[in-house]
Amino acid sequence: MLSHPASSTQITHRQRLWLYVLVALVMAFLVIPCLIIIPLSFSDSQYLEFPPRGWSLRWYEAFFTSDEWLRSAVVSLKVASSTTILATVLGTLASYGLHKRAGGFDAVVRGALILPMMVPLIFVAIGAFFVYARLNLNNTLTGLVLAHTTLAIPFVIIAVGNGLASFDVNQERAARSLGASPLRAFLTVTLPQIRISVMSGMLFAFITSFDEVVVSLFISSGATSTLTKRMFANIRDQVDPTVAAISSMLVVLSILVLVAAQFVRRDGVRATDDH
Amino acid sequence: MSAAADEAPSLNVELLGADERRHRFAMFGLSVPALLLVALVLLAPFSWLTWLSLFDASGALSSENYARLLRPAYINSFLSTLEVSALVTGICVLLGYPVAYLLSQLSQRTAQILLVFIILPFWTSVLVRTYAWLVLLQREGIINTWLKQLGLISESLPLVNNLTGTVIGMVHVMLPFLILPLYSSMRAIDPVYLKAAANCGASPAQAFRQVFLPLSAPGLGAGGALTFVLCLGFYLTPALLGGGRVAMWSTQIADAVSKFANWGAASALSVALLVVTSLILLLMRWGVQRLGTSVGEH
Repeated sequence: MLSHPASSTQITHRQRLWLYVLVALVMAFLVIPCLIIIPLSFSDSQYLEFPPRGWSLRWYEAFFTSDEWLRSAVVSLKVASSTTILATVLGTLASYGLHKRAGGFDAVVRGALILPMMVPLIFVAIGAFFVYARLNLNNTLTGLVLAHTTLAIPFVIIAVGNGLASFDVNQERAARSLGASPLRAFLTVTLPQIRISVMSGMLFAFITSFDEVVVSLFISSGATSTLTKRMFANIRDQVDPTVAAISSMLVVLSILVLVAAQFVRRDGVRATDDH
Repeated sequence: MSAAADEAPSLNVELLGADERRHRFAMFGLSVPALLLVALVLLAPFSWLTWLSLFDASGALSSENYARLLRPAYINSFLSTLEVSALVTGICVLLGYPVAYLLSQLSQRTAQILLVFIILPFWTSVLVRTYAWLVLLQREGIINTWLKQLGLISESLPLVNNLTGTVIGMVHVMLPFLILPLYSSMRAIDPVYLKAAANCGASPAQAFRQVFLPLSAPGLGAGGALTFVLCLGFYLTPALLGGGRVAMWSTQIADAVSKFANWGAASALSVALLVVTSLILLLMRWGVQRLGTSVGEH
């Protein structure tokens, strides 16, 4: 097996062994830090070691019995779900509008809408903090939702844009010619066809908001602190294993979202195969 | 009959033209809410801060804020930002290229499965990953404990709250940003070229060096530049793993605002950061286009 060529033009597997080992090491480097936090979070001591000497749920208990942690988790969930709805609606509208009219000016509009993804987060953070100070939006849920929606819109626009690129506009024209209003044609013909892209845009928007730290550091505090802001302060000031328990739950959430995205895509493939 | 047919289109053209204009206007309208939001959160503060950076503390027009950027403390932070970003990008290229290469040579199915190892960290919160590195690298952390148990070291190595920790954490965050675009650009390289090279008598190593490497250069350039630019403005990991010893551009901006409430300095720093970032992105586009055409000519 090892002496077989890796492909018709390739050297043998044995000669490439170093490559396999290197790639395995890099992948371990990438994945281990994401997963190691899960067993650590069940440790029964203040001092995190691997493998833990004793097991307990005390850090999960510490999280679920702390009003402060729970309040910030509720803030994060509220902000992330509002952001998901707002960013998906605004992003889908914009993406649809941009798709239907291709002109020189649209490149500028598209560029402006993608901008929040390109600009360093620290810049968005101090900018929002600065403008919000004048609008009394600092430390409000509205302010957080607006800032996170701005950050999430590019992801929705890209995802929905991909969907629209493979959608045949003639189907919508057919609906219009049969007397459907533009809105009805969009809702009954276009939207069902691009729903997979819209859903993956939603997942991106949710994760963008829920995991966002830097902007929240500046524009939220006290009762409106997001979960990640509280975690940041906690990590910087003391290493409290409660953060390990929260981190594990966030890792599991990421895995669930990843699996959901896979299912959405597979479902999409099946749906398009049916046609 | 023919006269009527001639007249009708001209009427229709006008109506269609008006309809087309109305349609385009309505379609533009759909982008307006999103545009307003970006204007509020991003464009308004940007213009406002740029404007502010042109005045000194007394409100007079001056270049004071930009002159301040030439002070040794700021110059040093620029240099260390460039240094850290270059180092992280270099390590990412060294580690990421072989991964992308191997994945691009495997069957689509196997590659899809292995890509999970790159996508999972990509989806995991940067804060969580940075925290994990803190737990792994700290003085009494897991890595130091293991190394001591193995008898390799007697004193804890200073792995975190310094440049080492910052670079390790940043490489972990940036690697997927390099691997994913590089992988898709390598997938697009037709294996027929490598077969042709083998037919012409090239050894696998020669075929790689003379055919694959140049063909993958545009993807590598784009991925590398993206990584470098992301490093320049990166805040979270240097702030948590640098222990205040790694002065990055982004941490300077944050300090100017949160510690000193010095908006003039923060604005000038941000404007400089944005200008440098955009210049690099423009250079990258130009470079990748040139690379692309020069490869295409061969």
